[in-house]
Amino acid sequence: MDDPITSPEQGHQKAEQASRILETSRTFGISPEQYMLPAQQQIRMLDPDGSLVPEDQQGTGPGHEYPIPEDDVLLKAYTTLVAGRRINDQNYALVRQGRMAVYPSSHGQEACQVGAALCLGEGDWMFPTYRDSVAVISRGVDPLDVMVSFRGDWHCGYDPKVYRVGAMSTPLTTQLLHAVGVAHAAKLRGEDTVVLAMCGDGATSEGDFHEALNFAAVFEVPVVFFVQNNGYAISVPLSNQSAAPSLAHKAIGYGLAGEQVDGNDMVAVLATLRRAVHLARENSMPLLLEAVTYRMQAHTNADDETRYRDREEVEQWKRKDPLLRMQKFLTAKGLLDEAAETQIAAAAEEVAASLRQAMSAEPEEDPLEIFDHVYTEPTAQLSAQRAQLADELDRAHGEAWAGTEEGTR
Amino acid sequence: MSTATATETTTFASALNTAMSDAMEADDSVVVFGEDVGTLGGVFRITDGLTKRFGENRCFDTPLAESGIAGTAVGMAINGMRPVIEMQFDAFAYPALEQVFSHIAKMANRTRGRVRLPIVIRIPYGGGVGGVEHHCDSSEAYYAHTAGLKVFTPATVADAYLMLREAIDTEDPVVFFEPKKLYWSKAGEDLSALRQQYESSADTAEADSPRVGPTGNAKVVREGTDVSIISYGPSVSTVLKAAEAAAEDGISAEVLDLRSVVPFDEEALVTTVEKTGRAVVVAEAQGFVSVASEITARIQERCFHSLASPVLRVTGFDIPYPAPKLEEHHLPDVERILDTLDELQWED
Ligand SMILES: Cc1ncc(C[n+]2csc(CCOP(=O)(O)OP(=O)(O)O)c2C)c(N)n1
Ligand SMILES: [Mg+2]
Repeated sequence: MDDPITSPEQGHQKAEQASRILETSRTFGISPEQYMLPAQQQIRMLDPDGSLVPEDQQGTGPGHEYPIPEDDVLLKAYTTLVAGRRINDQNYALVRQGRMAVYPSSHGQEACQVGAALCLGEGDWMFPTYRDSVAVISRGVDPLDVMVSFRGDWHCGYDPKVYRVGAMSTPLTTQLLHAVGVAHAAKLRGEDTVVLAMCGDGATSEGDFHEALNFAAVFEVPVVFFVQNNGYAISVPLSNQSAAPSLAHKAIGYGLAGEQVDGNDMVAVLATLRRAVHLARENSMPLLLEAVTYRMQAHTNADDETRYRDREEVEQWKRKDPLLRMQKFLTAKGLLDEAAETQIAAAAEEVAASLRQAMSAEPEEDPLEIFDHVYTEPTAQLSAQRAQLADELDRAHGEAWAGTEEGTR
Repeated sequence: MSTATATETTTFASALNTAMSDAMEADDSVVVFGEDVGTLGGVFRITDGLTKRFGENRCFDTPLAESGIAGTAVGMAINGMRPVIEMQFDAFAYPALEQVFSHIAKMANRTRGRVRLPIVIRIPYGGGVGGVEHHCDSSEAYYAHTAGLKVFTPATVADAYLMLREAIDTEDPVVFFEPKKLYWSKAGEDLSALRQQYESSADTAEADSPRVGPTGNAKVVREGTDVSIISYGPSVSTVLKAAEAAAEDGISAEVLDLRSVVPFDEEALVTTVEKTGRAVVVAEAQGFVSVASEITARIQERCFHSLASPVLRVTGFDIPYPAPKLEEHHLPDVERILDTLDELQWED
């Protein structure tokens, strides 16, 4: 064969990952291109009405096989979905009441959020964006801690190392490179950590997105890039971002496999993510998964969506709601009855209630802490500035400012 | 300070918007692009209506990539256009810095003046608006430190119009810092009068010219005799309030609005400090290695023998911007300015 991938020219030795791609594709009995290119159609397992799509229409095939997750996993996913939706709606309300500064809601994208959390093992890492609060909470971080930065505090709220969840990142796609670095470090130490690197459709235009894919492929590190394509970057539609057949097609140019999935189909999202995580771990390879979904609400509360999309479009996507689909599917499957539903709803309500409660209380914040973590030890200048503010606060409060010694929460 | 009257209806935002549309009207080569600037009119609506009025070839959304926006602006400028590009927020301009520092700032020099880049980089900047992290940086020093870039920052509605028009007409690249806390501030300015004033003010040598020109053309915005307070952009309005309050304590403060950081109007600085003999510099940005540091150094170099007291600064602390709950503790406010005035070794 003179396939350049199988028989590299002298002096143009293909990096090892090419043969890894080759090996992997061989195990599926397909060519490297067939492996790296997304399947002919979006992977979809549930119809918009919640019934199972016949296997030959799921978009799966050799090298693109996605077994349906076990019943208990599906049920867990549904429980988490319901809680996720409740959290989104609660936060939306809190912003409206002025108790939260800003909230980029993932309403409509909860299947992606839940899938992102459930596909990972405890030792794996997640690198989320500002829109991924529900994914972070679903991974086990206390919802209150996740919300602190949206409440207007100056820090990210949780300890990234404890949960293996990066601080939610706003400068677009910068976190993808961090994900690659985490995976690289794990590989150097011989650990089998997989890293899930998350971003949106608009963000794929940023340079860091491309650098991250390339680094991951060149260093053969187990990163699953998970792009939630919700159709818009604030007001700008996907057609302004990319002329590629799909965002999943971006993978092959960098030498990794790409796949596109129906992002409102909880079963398919979970199936594709789990397999991607499995392949990444087994073969120490990156993969790219594009989930096609929709941002049901405005970009944030500060955004006016009527300027760039009509209500009809939003209504259409309502019919593809991930929750309803999953509910119908599980009910038909006999995994969900009224009693279980009630229980699940009650658990979600509990989370919402605790969020409500916590956000109605004004937390004690020590202004002097703004100096405490800039450096391991404060510089002389910072110590002087801290003393200046302490003095101002003393004068303003007419007494020694409590907490001048101990700034940490 | 300004008490609102019925005639104070022109916003800072509309002055910027009109400046762009007037410039686009006057010159076909002016193009506006960036993130969400088209259909949406920008997240702050500063480009509102430009696409509708001038078409998608003149004002358009790009893919979401700041380096791409700045880099293609270079190419466009090489090929005869005058790009006005928007960075959505101060901190989101950082992916473009490679293009800005290595090419936009240096192109004229490395081509011996053969290739000039008349690009305007508009950046909403500064805090005080309750923005979350990455939305409140005062990043002017990075750009001012880079030779080859002009750095403008208007503090009034009139200057928003006049200085943006001038930035677009300037052959050098201009980083145009828009204090976002002023976007919705209003003044009794008549935009068509400003248009006329701008268009008839080409001669920068005239004493009352609004043009920044090659000198910087800083303006004394309040006369005083005891101390000079030097400031720019978002801090000017705070300084004016402090000057008002100081007057009640018997201190007569002169206020200098720098308007342009580069070019830097050293003569106006020297004139006011020699007049008053005391100086305080006020800026939101962290004080360490800042524009305020530079102003202070120049005063020391040029006015040492006129000074009755050390030159003091009131700036943000040397910390990452603590948005937004604690920002009030970080930003220079009237109290902190008055405290600082007290320290100027007054011999009663
Ligand atoms: C480097 C950078 N540029 C600009 C922004 C401002 N911004 C925040 S979110 C956003 C749109 C992102 O769209 P997308 O990646 O599709 O994610 P979505 O918000 O739809 O989840 C923009 C432009 C930013 N956060 N970072
Ligand atoms: Mg999007």
